[in-house]
Order: sequence, then C-alpha cells, then structure tokens
Amino acid sequence: MPAFTPPPLPSDDKRWKIVNGTMRKNGFARHALIETLHTVQSSFGYLDDDAIRFVARSLRVPLSQAYGVVTFYHYFSLKPPGKHTVTVCAGTACYIKGADNLIAAAEKHLGIKQGQTTKDGNISLMTARCVGACSRAPVVLSDGAVSGEVTSEQMLAQLERWAVE
Amino acid sequence: MTIEELEQIAKSVALENAKYDYEVNVCLDLACASQGADKLREALVAAADASGKKVLVRRTGCMGPCSSGPLVRVDPDETLYRHVSNTNADAIVASLGGAPVAELQCDLNEHFDLQTRVVLENAGHIDPEKIDDYISRDGYKALLTALAEMTPNGVVHRITESGLRGRGGGGYPTGLKWGTVAKAGGDLKYVVCNGDEGDPGAFMDRSVMEGDPHRVIEGMAIAAYAVGASKGFIYVRAEYPVAVARLTSALRDARRPGLLGSNISGTTFNFDIEIRLGAGAFVCGEETALIASIEGRRGTPKPRPPYPAVSGLWGKPTLINNVETYANIAPIVRNGGKWFAGMGSERSKGTKVFALTGKITNTGLVEVPMGIKLREIIEVIGGGVPGGHTFKAVQTGGPSGGCIPAELLDLGVSYDALLAAGSIMGSGGMIVMDDTSCMVNVAKFFIEFCMTESCGKCIPCRAGTAQMHTLLTRICEGSATMDDLELLEELCSTVKEASLCGLGQTAPNPVLSTLKYFRNEYIEHILHQRCPAGVCKIETPVADQPAVEVLA
Amino acid sequence: MSEAVDVKTLQINGHEVSALRGQTILQVARENDIDIPTLCHLDGLSDVGACRLCLVEIKGSNKLLPACVATVYEGMEVTTDTERLQKHRKTILELLFAERNHICSVCVSNGHCELQSLAQQEGVTHVRFPYRNPELTVDASHERFTVDHNRCVLCTRCVRVCAEVEGAHVWDVMGRGINSTIITDLNDNWGESSCTRCGKCVQVCPTGALFDKSKIGSDHPKYPDFLPYLNEMREAQ
Repeated sequence: MPAFTPPPLPSDDKRWKIVNGTMRKNGFARHALIETLHTVQSSFGYLDDDAIRFVARSLRVPLSQAYGVVTFYHYFSLKPPGKHTVTVCAGTACYIKGADNLIAAAEKHLGIKQGQTTKDGNISLMTARCVGACSRAPVVLSDGAVSGEVTSEQMLAQLERWAVE
Repeated sequence: MTIEELEQIAKSVALENAKYDYEVNVCLDLACASQGADKLREALVAAADASGKKVLVRRTGCMGPCSSGPLVRVDPDETLYRHVSNTNADAIVASLGGAPVAELQCDLNEHFDLQTRVVLENAGHIDPEKIDDYISRDGYKALLTALAEMTPNGVVHRITESGLRGRGGGGYPTGLKWGTVAKAGGDLKYVVCNGDEGDPGAFMDRSVMEGDPHRVIEGMAIAAYAVGASKGFIYVRAEYPVAVARLTSALRDARRPGLLGSNISGTTFNFDIEIRLGAGAFVCGEETALIASIEGRRGTPKPRPPYPAVSGLWGKPTLINNVETYANIAPIVRNGGKWFAGMGSERSKGTKVFALTGKITNTGLVEVPMGIKLREIIEVIGGGVPGGHTFKAVQTGGPSGGCIPAELLDLGVSYDALLAAGSIMGSGGMIVMDDTSCMVNVAKFFIEFCMTESCGKCIPCRAGTAQMHTLLTRICEGSATMDDLELLEELCSTVKEASLCGLGQTAPNPVLSTLKYFRNEYIEHILHQRCPAGVCKIETPVADQPAVEVLA
Repeated sequence: MSEAVDVKTLQINGHEVSALRGQTILQVARENDIDIPTLCHLDGLSDVGACRLCLVEIKGSNKLLPACVATVYEGMEVTTDTERLQKHRKTILELLFAERNHICSVCVSNGHCELQSLAQQEGVTHVRFPYRNPELTVDASHERFTVDHNRCVLCTRCVRVCAEVEGAHVWDVMGRGINSTIITDLNDNWGESSCTRCGKCVQVCPTGALFDKSKIGSDHPKYPDFLPYLNEMREAQ
C-alpha cells in the first residue's frame, strides 16, 4: 500500500494551518478527531461540511463516522454563531431559581428559539447544561462572561445594548 | 526531585512569606470572579503598595461560601470579609494591624465549624498557578514518599485500608478498583481522570481542578505508580476553560522539576498526563463512554464486562477515577489509611464535598465528614431556606438521583443511606427546594435532561425517557389520567432494569423518588388539574384521550 | 486447536447444558434450541447489546444481562423467560412501535419483518404508549435502494455490516437519543454517497427501513445468512 498523504489544506486561510497543527501534533491519529474538531470550532466558530471532510480525510476517519461524532456532542455547532452569544445556564440549580423564565423572556425578545441566531446574525441564544457557577444561579453568559443572580430585566438590557451597537 | 528538595522549596516559600506581615487572600473562583473579584484584587495590590505595609495579596481558589462573595480572608488573623468590592480595598488595607472592617466582616463560624477539610484543605490558601505554594503545603510529598518507601502493592493496600469509595457517583471501593488494574496483565496501562462533571448543580470537581490542580496530578501519579501505568489522561469538560488552562500550566510546572516524565525522582517510574476535552455529553461520565470519547468516537457506552480495569482505553487495562477521588489520594498516602478510615461512617469513610445550591442561604462548596445529618448540612452549614419559605426537598445525585423530603432530614449522609432513601450520593450536588417548587415539574426537568443526554444506543433509554417525558408533560398540563400514571410507573421499571448503562438505569430515579414522597402532588395534577406549588400552568381540562391505540 | 478444550457446565431454564469457555449465553442457548428473542444481534456481525430484548436473568444477581454479549461461566443458572423478562420485552417492543411510523399494512416488509414477528411472538397486541409520529424522510436517491427512516429501529446492523464486512463504513448514526438517525457520509443523499452498491445493508435490515427498489409490493424477504459464510471464507484466506 502506498504511504498515506494527507489532503491539501482547503484554502490558504491561515486558520487551516492551526487545524493541521493539532493533527500533526497527534501524528494524524484517528483518536485526534475530537481534539481537531475543537480546534476547527475555536478557529472558525463552527464546523461546516468542508471542514469536517478535510479533517476526516486527513485523519482517515470515515465521513459518516466524523459526522456522527460532530452531531453527537452538543458543544459542536454546524452553523456559524451570531456576532454576540447569550447563553442561559439550564442546570438544575439555575432551573430551580427560574432559568426557564429567562429563556422564555430571551426567546420572546429575540423572536427566536434557543439554539438559533437572529436573522440579522447579531445574537445567538444558547443554553448550557451547567457552567459550574451554581451557587450564583441563575447564571447567564454574555459572550462568555459569567453573571450570576441574573434577572430578566438585566438580561434584556444586555440584549438591547447589543441590538443598538 | 527528592523529598529533601521538596522540603527546601517549602522552606524557601515559608521564608518568602515571612517577609510579609499580612496575607490578603482573594477568592478568584468563578462565583467571586463573576462579581468583580479580579478588579478587587488589583485594587488591593494598589492599596497595599500605596500603604507601605508589608502585605502579600494572593489569589486563591474557592473559599466555600459563594453566596457571600466576593470573599477576602486576611491572615494571620483569619478575618473573613464578604461582599467585598474594589472600593473597599483601601479600608481593608488601612485596617491591617488594627481593628477589622466591621461592616464587611462575616460571621460564618457555624458554617465552618461542622466542616472537615481534606479535599479542600488548600482551597483559599494557595495560588493555584504556583506549584511552590502547593509544595509548601506538603504537595508532592506523598508521591515521592510512595516512590521511595512503598511498593505499588503497598500503595494499593493503603488505599484499600482507607475505605475510600469512588466520589464520582457509584461509590465503588477505590482500593478494589486499583487492585484489579494492578493485577491486570500487559505492560501498557492507562490512568484516566474523569473531570467531565456532568451533573448539573455539582461543581466541586471544577473547583478542585481550578483551585488545586496539582492535587489531582499528584493523585493520578500515585495511582499510576500503584497500578503500573505510564500514561494518563484528564478528561475535562469543554465548558470549564479555566480548569483546562490551570491544568495545562500545572502539568508544565510539574514536568519542569521532573515530577512528571521519565525516571521520576530517580526511580524507574515514568508517567505523564495529557488533557482531553469533552464536548458536551453527560453520558461521557460513564466509563465506557468516556473511553470512547477519548478515542475520538461517539460517546456511547458498551456493555460491561469487560470492565475498563481489564479492557479499557485501546483495549488496555485502564483505571478511571473522578477528580475528587484523586484529590483524596495524597492525604491518604501521607497520613495513612487508618487516619482516613477514622473519619466518616461505617461503610462510607472520609469526607465528601457537596455543592450546596438552590433555595438555601449559604450557597457554595462544603466539605463534611460522611455520616453527618442532612439537617446539619442544610440548616446549620447552609443556613436554612431563605425568604420565609419552607423546606420541601433536597435533590442529591443529579439527574440520576432523587429528592429527599423534610421527614428524612435526620438521615446521615452515606452511599448506602442515600440509596436506601431512593436517591444516590452521585458527585455531590445538593439542590435545595422550597414550597415554590413543583415536584412533578422537577421530575419532568430531570427526565427532559436524561432524554436529551441519552446517547440513543439502547431502546429503553432512548425511547423510554422520551415517553416518560411525554407522560410527565401530560401530568404537568393536567391532561393525564390515572392510567397514564400507572403506565409511567411501569415504564420506569423497564427503563431502570433494561437500560444498557448507568444513565438509563438511574434516569427514572427522580420520578420514582418524587412519586414515593410526593405522590399527592401527582394526584392533584391528574385528578384536580391543580399544581399545589403553582408552577405548572394548567389550562382548561382536556377531554380524555384513548389510552389504548390499536397496532396498525 | 491445540489448547485443551475448556468446557463449562451451566443451566438454562433448568436444563443442564455444556458450553465452551468464551461462548455467549445466546450461542449456547441457540445450540440447545432455547429461544431468546434478539433484534440488534445478527450472526456474523459484532454484538452491541443495544436492543435489550435478549436480557436474561442470572441466579444470584439482580442485574439482567444481555445474552448476546454475556459469556458463560461454570455453574451459571440462566433463566430466559420469566414474567419479569417478558414484561420488559413487551414494553421495549411497544416503545419501538411508538417511536417512529410503523404501519405494517403498507410496508414492503410486511410478513418478513423481524419487528413484526417479534411482536407476534411476544404477544404484543396493542401499544399503550402515545405514538410519537415524528416527521421523517424517505431517501430514494440511490439507483437500487431506498431508506425509509420511518421504519428504522436503529439496530445499527447496516452500520456494522458496512464497516465490518464491506469495509466501507458509509453508514453511521448521527445525533443522539431520540433524535438519532442513520446517515450515509455527511448526511448526504444515499445515491450521492460513497456507497459501494453492494446491498449488504439492505439484506441485514430487520425491517422495511432499507429495501430494494426492484421489488414490488410487500413481497420483500431478506437473506442475511451469507454473513457467517463470508466471514469464514475471509478468515480462511
């Protein structure tokens, strides 16, 4: 059998070199699939078919298996995120302290469901399983920054600020 | 590195600290950090510099009572300040050497008096990014002592003697597990740390990984020596970026003096650790699913046996313990198995860290000896239910656990007692609920969680949790019949007994335990279309639906 | 084989039977004409223990074990047909019927369907659970075969036969939990995927989820018996 040559980078976008770096660091081993997908997502914000195809071919993972992995883990996204992301923690402590009201308020305000992005691509509304800040429930992450004991008013004010930027 | 060198480092840290008259420790764990503890620390540094006093401002991991955060503790007096903001920095520094700032002082003596700190012994006392801080508090002494003075078997024996049981949920005896891996054949073995901490409402593993990362590394290294492994993995949730960063830098700092790597401490023992990121799948807390995930595959569990101890990562014998279990190892090796076994109850030894959250005054992390009464945790340490509401239940064990009612509050906390009460120890989340929580709704919340987290491999869990969710939704909406309730109970039994892995087998627990203790709430929803807690929005009753559908 | 043959003696439903070390309960039961229902198991493929229909009781243990993967040991006492097991089997089959859209009367596999015969065998006369009626697609883009997700029970036989026997791994499962579905490649149309057109997946599919377009009406038997032969011949190479 001829020696395996990884496929060429999809484009000259420098981020592919970072992705390739993760795979090289792991010797292009199959078990590096999830690590590499993490690198793609942190570099590009999401995973599209071309990216999955490139990673799968490089690591010699069957396409369906790679797609199965991407869709199994909730952390991976197949759609580009909005400019801003509001994440409401939906863990138990947050639920007991009324996180479902926060989610409902955000859905109503933005006119989208959780997991979606507003039509103008400005704001994504996400939920998290638990971010581990349970003692300050309910918790909301605004572009990654954690706030605790959040009220609907506070969260909506943040959404307003993003909307008028 | 040798034990003498460790002691040298500890001595130099002590000398360095002795240059200061006061130590101002600032908690920078997530809860405090989310309230501006970063700015507070900067302000304290600036105030200390300006004052001309000899003050060491140190950032630390979680001090415990998060609801009082941001927290600052001033040593040597151990004065604890709560709700400190950066505007208080000058006053705190000015008070050093004089009377404490009265309006910031908090009296949490009752909160702390009932606690015993083993896992959290360093929390609030060391800078998590400084390996020397860890070493100054006996860090890595256990590892080097084990390497120099103990055989691998001796280490396994000490852990067995301690009576330590797995802190991840199941409570499997740790020594027994180590012994199985140690006896397994083959020259390649793995040690894995489960830092997936999937139970919503539990965050002690995050806190340990972030606040005292070397403790986890040392525990894993001792385990590797005991079972004959040379390679380790820490599987951390991607939702914990700070933990990943702290562990990454801690691993680097441990490699530099040769505490990890080849020929550790001049012996033939080689060991190193890699970090693997989870990607948002609760089921990956299950051992075989976790292994699949480290191997880069879908995290679907496999039937056991074979157990990972015999055939795990890439088919090799693999030891899997969770963060808190590893965090207990170094103190046990240092102080002896008997010391550990001297704490706790009959069949649950040592201490347990609980994450106290929900409708309770003092939320945060607490560490208590096993056997302590639930009432003491909730009413004394936790300060009871705030806002004039009454306690209804405490949920333990996360989505695999159950709700324990007020009449069982005198239960001593142990693996067996919680199991007998229809819940489990789990990883140690304790979510307190008051009279404003509807127990049917709570059960529905957990089943929804299990439904979305089910991997989908086996039918009872995949389709069973979905049907349980449908039936619970009917009950919450007031459209269910008593037949639905009977069907729900029957379904619980099949999902519990027939599911492939622990996720499915324990998924019915929240339903079964609320049915056991709060059945009247289910009945109220069904027969009278009324939610006693006023949570479920029940509209006009719907006409009965046929419960039986004919097979096409 | 040069090693000494290691024989175990055990009881299944009260009958004394003998077995070789490493054999599964299912193998031994079937050798002795004791029926244990299965769905995800297929001779010639690896076992996953997923459908849970083959669960059996072992004396001295409260835990039910999947007969397809649990191996025998000396003195084991297995029971395969207790009331408890029958109840779980019925419930599991009901859960499957309610999960997707199984309408036997219009299915190509009517009369040749393993799900249907299991239901008959276990006496499932009605389904107590509400039908979920999910909206699922039918992909007829392949020149020879069709996949109808409404009839899929997610046994993953297609995934395993494609990966393990054909060696192509065109099929896999995407999503998780109740939203899992089988896919080809990156959830591409089957007809445009890297499928080798061998048709093994169709032959091993227990229901009418994967079927041959050239067959009309409901007369659509499947022939998965080639697998053990194929494996044997491959091992002999």
